[in-house]
Order: sequence, then C-alpha cells, then structure tokens
Amino acid sequence: MWTTKTFLTKTKRGNILKIVREHYLRDDLLCGSAACNVCPHKDDECILDVQPESICALFDYNHYLLIDTNVVLHQIDILEDDALKNVIILQTVLEEVKHQNTAIFQRLLEIIGNKRRKFYSFVNEHHKDTYIERKPGEKPNDRNDRAIRKAAAWYLEHLSIKGLTGHFPKIVLLTDDENNRKLAQDDGIVCCSVKDYIENVNGYPGLLDKLSKNVMPENCSKDALYPAHLTPSQIHAGIRNGKLHQGTFYASRDNFLEGTATVNGFEKQILLQGHIGINRAIDGDIVAIEIFPEEEWRKPSDIVLEDKAEDPGDLLEEESILLNTAKSAASADISPTGKVVGIIRRKWRQYCGILMQSKFPGATRHLFAPAEKRIPRVRIETRQSDLLAAQRILVALDSWPRNSRYPLGHFVRALGPIGDKDAENEVILLEHDVPHARFSEAVLACLRPDDWTITEEEIKKRVDLRSICVCSVDPPGCTDIDDALHARPIPGTTNGLKKYEVGVHIADVTHFVRPNTALDKEAASRSTTVYLVGKRIDMVPDLLSSNLCSLRGGEERLAFSCVWEIDENANVLNTKFHKSVIKSRAAMTYEQAQIAIDDSSRQDEVAASLRTLNALAKTLKQKRLDNGALLLASPEIRFEVDSETHEPMEVQAKRILDTNSMVEEFMLLANVSVAEHIAGEFPQSALLRRHPAPPPANFNTFLKAAAQQGFELDVSTNKAFSKSLNEAVLPSRPFFNTLLRIMATRCMQQAVYFSSGTLAQEDYYHYGLACPIYTHFTSPIRRYADVVVHRLLASCVGADATHASILDTKYAVSLCENLNYRHRQAQYAGRASVALNTHILFKDRVEVEPAVVLAVKRNALQVLIPKYGLEGPLYLPSDKFIYNEEEHVQICNGVVLRTFDEIVVRLSLDSTNLQHRKLVFQLVKPVIPGFSYEEMEVEAVDQPEIEIVDITRTKKRQKKDDVQIVERPQVVIDISKKKQETKSKKKKGKK
Amino acid sequence: MPGPDLLSSQGLRLDGRRPNELRRIRCKLGVFTQPDGSAYLEQGNTKVLAAVYGPHQAAKSKMSTEGVVVNCQYSMATFSTGERKNRPRGDRKSQEMSLHLRQALSSAIKTELYPRSQIDIYIEVLQADGAAFCASVNAATLALIDAGVPLRAYACACTSSVAWRGSQPEPLLDVGHVEEAAGGVCLTVAALPSTGSIALLEMSHRLHMDYFEVVISRAMQGCRDIEVILDKAVREHLAEGWTKQDIVTI
Ligand SMILES: [Zn+2]
Ligand SMILES: [Zn+2]
Repeated sequence: MWTTKTFLTKTKRGNILKIVREHYLRDDLLCGSAACNVCPHKDDECILDVQPESICALFDYNHYLLIDTNVVLHQIDILEDDALKNVIILQTVLEEVKHQNTAIFQRLLEIIGNKRRKFYSFVNEHHKDTYIERKPGEKPNDRNDRAIRKAAAWYLEHLSIKGLTGHFPKIVLLTDDENNRKLAQDDGIVCCSVKDYIENVNGYPGLLDKLSKNVMPENCSKDALYPAHLTPSQIHAGIRNGKLHQGTFYASRDNFLEGTATVNGFEKQILLQGHIGINRAIDGDIVAIEIFPEEEWRKPSDIVLEDKAEDPGDLLEEESILLNTAKSAASADISPTGKVVGIIRRKWRQYCGILMQSKFPGATRHLFAPAEKRIPRVRIETRQSDLLAAQRILVALDSWPRNSRYPLGHFVRALGPIGDKDAENEVILLEHDVPHARFSEAVLACLRPDDWTITEEEIKKRVDLRSICVCSVDPPGCTDIDDALHARPIPGTTNGLKKYEVGVHIADVTHFVRPNTALDKEAASRSTTVYLVGKRIDMVPDLLSSNLCSLRGGEERLAFSCVWEIDENANVLNTKFHKSVIKSRAAMTYEQAQIAIDDSSRQDEVAASLRTLNALAKTLKQKRLDNGALLLASPEIRFEVDSETHEPMEVQAKRILDTNSMVEEFMLLANVSVAEHIAGEFPQSALLRRHPAPPPANFNTFLKAAAQQGFELDVSTNKAFSKSLNEAVLPSRPFFNTLLRIMATRCMQQAVYFSSGTLAQEDYYHYGLACPIYTHFTSPIRRYADVVVHRLLASCVGADATHASILDTKYAVSLCENLNYRHRQAQYAGRASVALNTHILFKDRVEVEPAVVLAVKRNALQVLIPKYGLEGPLYLPSDKFIYNEEEHVQICNGVVLRTFDEIVVRLSLDSTNLQHRKLVFQLVKPVIPGFSYEEMEVEAVDQPEIEIVDITRTKKRQKKDDVQIVERPQVVIDISKKKQETKSKKKKGKK
Repeated sequence: MPGPDLLSSQGLRLDGRRPNELRRIRCKLGVFTQPDGSAYLEQGNTKVLAAVYGPHQAAKSKMSTEGVVVNCQYSMATFSTGERKNRPRGDRKSQEMSLHLRQALSSAIKTELYPRSQIDIYIEVLQADGAAFCASVNAATLALIDAGVPLRAYACACTSSVAWRGSQPEPLLDVGHVEEAAGGVCLTVAALPSTGSIALLEMSHRLHMDYFEVVISRAMQGCRDIEVILDKAVREHLAEGWTKQDIVTI
C-alpha cells in the first residue's frame, strides 16, 4: 500500500501562471545493485553486477559508472558500444536528455531496455534521500549537476553499508563539465572526463574512434571562420521582437553553398547563400534567420556547385561565382534573402558515406563524404583509416565549431565494402530511415504456425465464395498477392440493361494482424513494404506476406470482399462488404490474362469472367476521364536481373496491357466505395487519402516551356488540364505529349493520408483521380493504411471486434503522419536503388541515346533519357554558351537549346569519385564544334535499338490501385520474387 | 498509443506516485462552529471546504413527503485555479456539479428518515488541482457525519484514468491536474464502497469497452482506500472528544 511521502512543491513561473506541482518522495525505490543488501530487490531487479570489473586502466577497482547529461547527449555512440557496462542513469539525466533531444533519448531507452548492457535507471528525483530542492537563485543546470553529485554520494554511501569486507563497488562519475568535476572532487566523488576514461580502456579497439570531439565554445573567436551564433536568449528575444525568424533549413542538392528555409508568414522560401549566409546550418536544422532588407534580395543562383574533391584545410573558398550572379532579374524570381544567425535545434542523425583518406600517411584526421549531397563533409578522427577506406561507414556529427571549415564527427560503424550489394542496400535503407531489422521474437510470436489452415467455425462466420470463379492478375513473380477478382452475369435487367455481379477480394490481413500486438506495432511502424531492386523489405513477416495472406491460386484463403451489382454501362446498383473465404482459380500475370481475353477459342469460366471485367473496366475508365481524371506519364522500364548475382543485366521497356488497367479500375472502384462507407460511419477518425490541387504557381515554368512549343495549356481545373494535355500533340514528335505529361507530373502535389476529422469535407478531394473521396483498401499486405481501413470497414459491417484506437482521433493523426513519412521515404529509397542499379549497369558501358531537355539552367541542361528514365545535368561551359534568362535558353554558335528539345547524348559512368559515381551526359547532337562529343572517339558502341515507350496510350499504371497521379519518370524493376511498386511522387527537393 | 508519457519507464507517474496510489489526503472534521457540520479536505493540492445545515424544515416549494430534500451548492473560489477567473455563483458548470453532488450524496443519506425536511450542503473549492468533484464528495461526507446526519455508508469519490505501458493499459488512480490536462479519458466514480454500489459515474472522453473494466475497478479500489482514510479521520475526530471542538484550525 501507499504511504504518504514528505510533501514538497515545485514552482515554475510561466508568463503569468504559477504552477504548483506535487512531488512525492518515496522510500521504496531500489538502487539496482546486486552488491546491495539493503534494498528489497527481487531477483530480476538487480541490474548492476556485484563485482563490476573495471575496463579502464585509470581505475583498478570495481566501480559503477554514473554519467552526466552532457555525456549522454554528446557521447551516445560510446554508450551504445558494448564496452561500457554497469552504468547508472539518473532520472535527472533522463529528463534532461528527453527535453533536449528526443532521438538520443529513444536511443538511451533502448540501451537501458537491453538487459545485457546492465544500465540501471535510478529514480533519484523521487527518492527521499537523493532529492534536492533548487536553491534561491540557482540555475536549473547547476541544480541538476548538484542532484547528480548528490546521487553519486548517496550511492557510494549506500553501497558501503554492507561494508563487512570493505569490498564494495565504488562510483565513478563521468562528466565533461569541468566545473562539475571540480565540485564533485570537493565532495570526495571520483570523477573523470569521458575522453580520459575511454582513452584508457583496454581491450576495445575502435571504441576511441566513436569518441565525440570536444567542442570549442561559440564565444571563442580564435581562428574563427564563421560568425558566432546568437545565444538562445538572444534568439528568443529577436524572434519576439520580429527581427529574427524561425525556420527549417533545407540545403540545396545542387549547390553546397546555397539553401533555403521555410518561415511562417513568408509565402516564398527564404534564400540563404554562401558560407556566412548558411553559417553552419545543416539540412533539417531549425534555425534563426535574419532577413535582409528588400533591396538586397536575390534570386536563387541556378548553378550547380559541388564541394572540392580535395581537403582545402580550414579555409573558406571564394564564393564570388555564387554571389556575382546578376541581381537584376525579374522581380518574380527574387526570393527573400537572409542569413542564419543562430541554431535553434540541430536535427542531426547518423550519416552513411565514405572516408576520404588524408593524403598524409598515418594521419588520424580524415574527411568523411556523406552519401546525401545535402550534408557537408565531416571531419573525423580514426586510426583505422586503411581499413575503412574501402568501406561504407556510418558517422555521427558532434559539433561545428567556428574555426573549422567542416563539422566534426566520429565514426560509428562500418557497413561493408563499397560496391558490395548488401552494403549499398544498407546505405539506402539507413539513409531513408527504413526500418529493416529482422522481425523480433515478439513479432514472430504473433504468427500462426505455418501449417495453419482455415477452421470450420471460421468458415461459418464468413460468406463462402469458394465455389465462385475468382482469379488474380499481377505482375510476373508477384508473391504477395493481395487482390483477386470475379465477375458473373446475374439474371434480370435494370432499366433494360444487363447486370453483372463483380467482386474484389482483398487478402484478410487483419485476421492475422490483431490490434495492439507486437506484430501490429511493427507493421504500423514500418507502414509499407519497401521494394528495392532485388530486395523486398516486408511490412509483415514473410509467412504472412507470401503465404497465409497471399491469395495464391488453388488455395483456400480468407478475404475481405467488396461485391457490386453493376449494369453493363458500369453503373453501380448496389455495394456489399463482407468477409469471405475464397479459392482462387488462377493466379495470372497481366500477360496471361491478356492472352486469355484475346484467345477467342477459350470459353472457360475464367476467360469469360476476365472479358466481362475488361469490358466493364473500359467503361469505368472512360467515365473517370470524363470527370477530369488526369493521365500522367512516366516511362516504365524493367531491369533484367541476374538471378545469381542480383546484378542488373539489361533494361527494357515495359509493355503495358489492357489487363493492367482492368485491375486498376476495379481497385479504384473498391477504394472509392470503401472510402464513402467508412467516412460515413467514422466522420472523425476514418483514414482517407487526398490529393490536393497544385497551386497555380507550380505551373509557371511548365506553362512557359509549353508556350515556347506553341501550346497554351489550361490548368484552371483538372478537367481542363486533362483536355488540353490530350490536345497538345505534335504529330512529328510522338514522344512530345508524353514529355509534357512527365513534366506536368512534377507540378503536382503529393497525395497524402489524413484522418477525416481533421479536414472539411470539400478538402477530401482527390485531384488526380477527380473523385470527391478516396482511400486505400486493396493492398493490406504491403501498406499499413489498408490494414487500418480494413479494421474500420470491418467494424462498420460488424465483421470483426472493434478496438479502442479506432475512435482515437489523436492516434489517427499521428498514424497519418507516420504513414506519409514512411511512404515518402520508401519512394525515395526505391528510386535510390534504381539509381544504384543503373550505375552498376553502366559500369562498363558507354551509350549514345536520344534525350530530351527537361529544363535549362544557368550552367547546365537537365536532360532525360526516356529509354532508361534517367535524368541528369549536362554541363555547359559559360565561356561557350550564353544563357538567356528571359527565354530560358542556352545559345552557342547559333545553336539554341531550349526546354523540350530532343537531343542526342553520350552516356557514361564517372567513377572517379567512388561515393558519388555519377552518370556523365555529353552532348552529341546537335553538333557544336569544340563542345559536342565527336562520334569518332566512340569505341564501337553496340547500340541497342532505341524504343520510346509510348505512354500516352499506356498511361500510368504502376500499381493498379494507387493512383500514381504524380510520378517522376522511373524505372520499374522486375525480378522474380518481387513486385515492383512505385507510388505517386512529385519531384523531390524542389521545396 | 500516443500522448505524453504519464508513466515513466520505471513505472512512476509524473509526481512520483505509482499507478495505484492516491494523492496525499488530509482532512479535518468540525472546522466551523456556525454550521451543523463542516469539514476541510485536501487531496493533493485540491482543497475543499464543506458545510452542512440541517436537517431542518423544508421550504414549502421543495417539500417532499418521501424524504429529506438534499440541496447542494457547489462553487469555486476565484483564486482556486492557476488562471484567476471570476466565477459567478451558479454558473453552468457549478450547477452541473451541484446536481452531481446531490445525486451522489442523496444515495448515501438515509433520506427516508426526515420527510418534509431539507439538508443544505455548501461546497467551496479553495484550490483546484484535479478531481475537485471527488474531493467535494469526500469532504461533504465528512461534513454530513460531523452534522450527525445518518448515512447508509460513506460516500467516497475517486477518479481514474488510463496510461499505456507498451500496449498494456495501466489505469491511474486519482488523477491530478497535470494528468487530466494531458488528455485521455478520466472516469469519475462516486460510490458507497462498503455496500459496493455506485452512486454516480462520469466519463470525460470516450473509452473503448475493452478497457472500461480495468479503469473502473481501479477507481473503485480508490474509493475503498478513501473510505479507510475518512473512517480513520472520523474516529480520530471522535476520540479527540469535545474539548478542541471549538478551535478553528485550517
Ligand atoms: Zn540498495
Ligand atoms: Zn495484386
């Protein structure tokens, strides 16, 4: 039972509010040490060893480590290393860390949760003997330091109570705060800096590399290259009086000396240029910005600038190339410009990349080049550089002092040899924050045995559709089949029209993934299956995704069905939802299905069903287009991958068949039907998907470029846009219309998940599909959104028990945030994987290919090679080319290069920089003497025939049910065992 | 489940209590001499005064032949919350609270003993720091005992909420203001613990059925714990005898 503890109050002054909180002190908190015989520990509550062995040469006796907050914040990688054990984490420290950095806090919790690490968290703030009150005038920081010392002293005394033998573990306080160390020493507490401690650790080579570098205080201006950041209180005051603004910093991908920041109250992003303007902000940081007076505003330099390959030492290079760009541009192009004056919050994570070994043999200071171009290079210290030079490595940032050109960081771990498929995939997954660890025991424990079969009772609860001729149509090699279809005529007519029963049957994943289980949580956290070339990172374990849930041919499976009565004009007469048992007659590929439809000699049930579906789908689609749905384009290509090495061997254009569209239409119909139903039943917490109309400004450049080709496009509504896209055809250039659609795609917004309670009903609109409401229901095996929608629908139709989170609007909102984030990251990861494989493919080859100009920049053309869906810059030297800013054209010797031009380029891989191997585009045609690539130099390239995928007809299909509206050209990779899936996306990085 | 962590990884709440612990309750009977009965009660930082008049003859309009009419008036002092607010007596919230109090207390009082009579109960919340209603019920019970009104049982009230330990619900007893403000459900139970009957139930948000059982049973446990405390206070008060009766101490 409870006992009342001494009662104290804490006061905290806000603006006007005085908050008084109760604070209970307890006498039943444990010290966690097995060496203690005072506390009533149960067996599993002794975390700390009786005789904690010392690994540090400075201390030759048994001791526990007690660590200060600054150690956790700056040296979390050291703590994550298995070397340190028997560590006491005080509640004071936990709370400070939580307050200052949630990411590190999570990592610390993880360490504490790992029993083998022997980290004990002691609740000193509620312990009657270790709680201290803040003295009048004492800074919170000093009070916390004192609390830490108090706890250290208490432990020392507490453990010595046993005292009989005199052998009890001592306490060593680890802190990098000199002042705290001094005060601790005065109190008789043994303490040590992390650096001293770690440098004297024996038996853990490599531990030292993880040591975070000491920080030069911001107010020290010795050798300073950068202006000092303002202090938090100066920033606070500046923001309050309107002189400064808070914003999120985004570094430019193309130009390392340029970035932007989004600031509330400014429609345009704030432009930040040069070393001083950026002043050590790193992509993602929350920064304080001072905005220049309007006459100093500039336009973003449209040049591509990369950091030098060599380490220039601690010098800032010439920025004139950047800053001399003309100021006299049209006012529409001018952006508010400013400079970073302080950092509000760093958003650093760990970065993958490679070591750029120092030129001096034996040196320990090296540069690290991150894989992400937006991140600057990092100075690290390591003694294993020879070993690491050929590896992909992970590095954490420590600080960026004023006197260092580069931020300082430390080595975390090696990921594997450069070029190694697994290491490269690991890089992609880490860089995109894709959870990809093996499924934990707890998750696997939620699974049914693999010989699981459907029980009789289960069948009784469901509609038995095993006798119906259901079949599935998917890409070749698909093992996670989540949808199947059927259609059959039903007797009678409505309004004189024939009627059909059409069913869409979706894998019943929620039967297996129960709410709030470890499996459910893991799936929710992953949110989506991620497809890389040759690798699939499942959202749910393989047993479910490829077996129990997958609607394989000839096997009885549980499904969630949506069944319509549809007349021959594709009007839906009524809709039913129910759980069912099905037995798919055939799991077909698109091609097989197409053959079945076309082969008139086939008169079996499957073929008849497919023909009905195909005919209805065409009508459905026409209706959709008439409503204003957009058909946007992306060239679709597939890699042929060597089944042994998983190396890409060839790419080819992907054929798109009627059957792709057939499946897609019915998935759309199912999604819309389900969306209407759940939004009606759960007006506050239904999970829906919307696609906002793009703001008109997005179209500016696009419309200008189209006008140059003689087309005035109407973008006022999706319907008008769709119509004018259809009409913009150049008979002489079959690819032109496709190109227009590719570029239109980039003007689009991203489609997002949202909870119905957060928006007004008119904002549910899906622009790309031109439908008032939409959701995702048809792919629960690989998307968590669909799992949630299944649960919502099941509780609407009484097919499953409800559960608490279904009504939780807050949960719905946070869920949507995570879903949107993971989906975006999955797309980026998929694209990165395609790029990686393209590089592998071009390792030993050179090709000359037709290309089109997507955009004209100051020093480059952005070109697209339709055959590969590859895009990149073709650099134009400024001494040869004249850039016309008004017209967006580049001119050289009378040759004019403009957007939409069709050119020929030579494509090769530049491997001089191992990290950023990049494709080099060189101009072949039009011929510009002295610049374009001379044909004769080409070593007999065997030229594959060039095909351009005609996408106008094929439209986009990607995944049949997601509506791809917005997509950049991409390469679709198909290998056995995987289904390539890509989703709607808009250009990255432009924002 | 989202929301701020109401429960630390060591299983303690923000103020250092375990999930099943009440806040500190201190109480005193007979703090005023003017009313027939009075009591002062602190539940954590929530502080409440209760005064009882009666039973006396009821006003004609309210008179009932069935039993005594319980008249409750609940009000909050201007200075009772962090933000000072001028609270006219009888605003909607106070009226609602008054009705709830009446419902909870009527079920404890042996109303049938005093037909055509009336009991007036005045509650003043001096400081509100979560669960003011519960403190009011508990204080009123003491005041009724002090006034010598026959009760069927102690009427005790307690709140409970729910926090999450991983995916497991962990009900929290006696919700403080900080926990209340963090959102989530707050279930208020007024009960006669010795008879096991519930006099009033109120819930602030929707809570899924699956968790209702654990949450209400924790609140009921709280009511039983409170009954023990109130009973002890009553016995001590009686043991003190009559000598200190007249000294007003708060
Ligand atoms: Zn102990
Ligand atoms: Zn499928």
